[in-house]
Amino acid sequence: MSWLSRLFSKWLPKESSNWQWFYRLGSPRWFYQRSGQWLPWVSLAALLVLATGLVWGLAFAPEDARQGNSFRIIYIHVPAAFLAQSGYFIMAIAGAIGLIWKMKISYMVMKAAAPIGAALTFIALFTGAVWGKPTWGAYWVWDARITSMLILLFLYAGVMALQYAYHSVDAASKASAILALVGTVNIPIINKSVDWWYTLHQPATIKLTSAPSMHMDMFMPLLVMIVGFYLFYAVALILHTRNEILRRERKTSWVRELATAKAGS
Amino acid sequence: MSQAPLLSVENLAFERDDSCLFSGVNFSVDPGDVLQIEGANGSGKTTLLRMLTGSLQPSAGNISYLGQALSACRYDYLSDMLYIGHQPAVKLNLSAEENLRWMVATSAQSNDVSVKDALTQVGLAGYTDLPCYALSAGQHRRVALARLLISEARLWYLDEPFTSIDKQGVAFLQSCLQQHVAKGGAVILSTHQDLSLTGLRRYKLVSDVEAIA
Amino acid sequence: MTSHVARKMDSGFAAWLRRDLLLAYRRRGEVASPVIFFIMVSTLIPLGLTPEAAELEKVAAGMIWVMALLATLLSMDALFASDYQDGSLEQMLITPQLLPLPILGKVTAHWLTTGLPLTLVSPVLGLMMSLPNAGYVPLVCSLALGTACLSLVGAVGAALTVSLRKGGLLLSLLVMPLYMPVIIFGTATVSYAVDGLNWLPPLAILGAMFAASVALCPLAAAGALRVTASN
Repeated sequence: MSWLSRLFSKWLPKESSNWQWFYRLGSPRWFYQRSGQWLPWVSLAALLVLATGLVWGLAFAPEDARQGNSFRIIYIHVPAAFLAQSGYFIMAIAGAIGLIWKMKISYMVMKAAAPIGAALTFIALFTGAVWGKPTWGAYWVWDARITSMLILLFLYAGVMALQYAYHSVDAASKASAILALVGTVNIPIINKSVDWWYTLHQPATIKLTSAPSMHMDMFMPLLVMIVGFYLFYAVALILHTRNEILRRERKTSWVRELATAKAGS
Repeated sequence: MSQAPLLSVENLAFERDDSCLFSGVNFSVDPGDVLQIEGANGSGKTTLLRMLTGSLQPSAGNISYLGQALSACRYDYLSDMLYIGHQPAVKLNLSAEENLRWMVATSAQSNDVSVKDALTQVGLAGYTDLPCYALSAGQHRRVALARLLISEARLWYLDEPFTSIDKQGVAFLQSCLQQHVAKGGAVILSTHQDLSLTGLRRYKLVSDVEAIA
Repeated sequence: MTSHVARKMDSGFAAWLRRDLLLAYRRRGEVASPVIFFIMVSTLIPLGLTPEAAELEKVAAGMIWVMALLATLLSMDALFASDYQDGSLEQMLITPQLLPLPILGKVTAHWLTTGLPLTLVSPVLGLMMSLPNAGYVPLVCSLALGTACLSLVGAVGAALTVSLRKGGLLLSLLVMPLYMPVIIFGTATVSYAVDGLNWLPPLAILGAMFAASVALCPLAAAGALRVTASN
């Protein structure tokens, strides 16, 4: 990997003033302290946005003409599926940063991102099944997007399994970072193949290129929910990463001081 | 005229998972040197040698070859280096000759000593066509050591080369090393054997774990 | 100088290819097992499903592909394992050649000793599963390209798990999701032909996947080996 880091290090002037934040971000201690300050605000924002989106979506958005109230599960299903996909990319990018700039903290972020992403994928699959029963009359249909989601869950499972298979933290981090990158290259191929393989589902509801086919009154709460899920994801990621920092840095003096301070107070 | 040493190591440290194996390793090797790395079991001799071959990254410090950092001259350095590790890299289903041919084919520089001659010199004359599973551990090591006779590399890294070799073999290997340094090569090896070689220096590796305890 | 470098790079590929083929020849029995597995499992399908030709015909392409995939997966584990144990992998990592080339040599040897035999046996299995006549040529073509993809992608998984004691099962977990596009287009090639459609487009996509895997997989495997083999 050294050639990779050499390639990229050219783009980063070493320790020059503009980039200091980047190098400081690499310090687990700095991240821990800073994220402690961010956490209440992000959590509050996540709570507010999620509450707004939920109430709006579940109580005020109009009923679907064909599906009735059962369509409302979309407000959980779609954001979860959204985040499950982006979560994989976030994980892979964190892994890539670790491989290239040898930043410890990004490996911790990568490790923290895997179970969160897997949980969101599971939520997407579960809500999809619940939604499927009244809509198609079956809990499980081999539809393109559901199948892609299932494969995504397998990809997450692979990264997590590799992470836990190694005793050495270094080897675990680097190996799963490589796997996450390989998976990232493959996700578009898998999605396209599966799409091509079968299309039974209704066409993708939100496309960035065309106007939403949903009614605005239904679409706005969904947008709010997606933003809310992003915020919630950020909170979960920060919490998980902080845990991982404490676990990996438990021998350092600053964590010990923190522990004694907590015990004393 | 002061010339950069063939290989120099400055402040080398190795740490894995936040525990430090060794640190502050300094030495340099010039043509004609034999450096014997000594140290208790677990002091990191193998790790140090593998770091010199570039397969492990040091967590701190520099290794330089002819005054250049390894990353700047990787191809030249690897072409000028030969490493024989703990495992002799001998395939049991291949004969001694096939094994050696493959080893020579994958190494960068070789002289005109033929594979057969090399195997005869290491005392495997009648065994060249037998599959290696029929040979003993000592003979496996001899197959690997036969590479030394064919190699043109100046830097030799040998990890416990005397393991499972008989007295004759030890004497042969010593003479082989002696010839290599006489020609201007250098050897870094880890062994507990007492060697009688001109140009021999010793480096005592103390692991940080030991030093604390 | 450049010619010298080029010659050496080439020898990295050829030397490993030649050695692995020779090794495979010495262990013919072991090398034959994926093929035997392939044939044996395909006798299970009529037993478990139905012996009726009309039913078998429908699932033939998919079943043959799934079994070829499993047979490849079985053999993948061994790609780097013995080299890791006897120290030759360590030697591979310190050769001055570009690491992807020896890896490509090994993967080529792997394909020649598993993917190619599977491909050659597949028409017989097609016969046993009453595959319609139009399906044979596409089956062989798609398996030839597809198993090469499987070997290449599997090499990345094998590299990631080489130093783990129970790497084989984990390897399947890591690699199987990555195999799905290959199986989709592999079976599509055959079923297009059986349905009387032009089967070249899905085969071309398999070809594209193969090209991408040749370019990327050895690089990823090289990166993975540098991480895992030094542990």
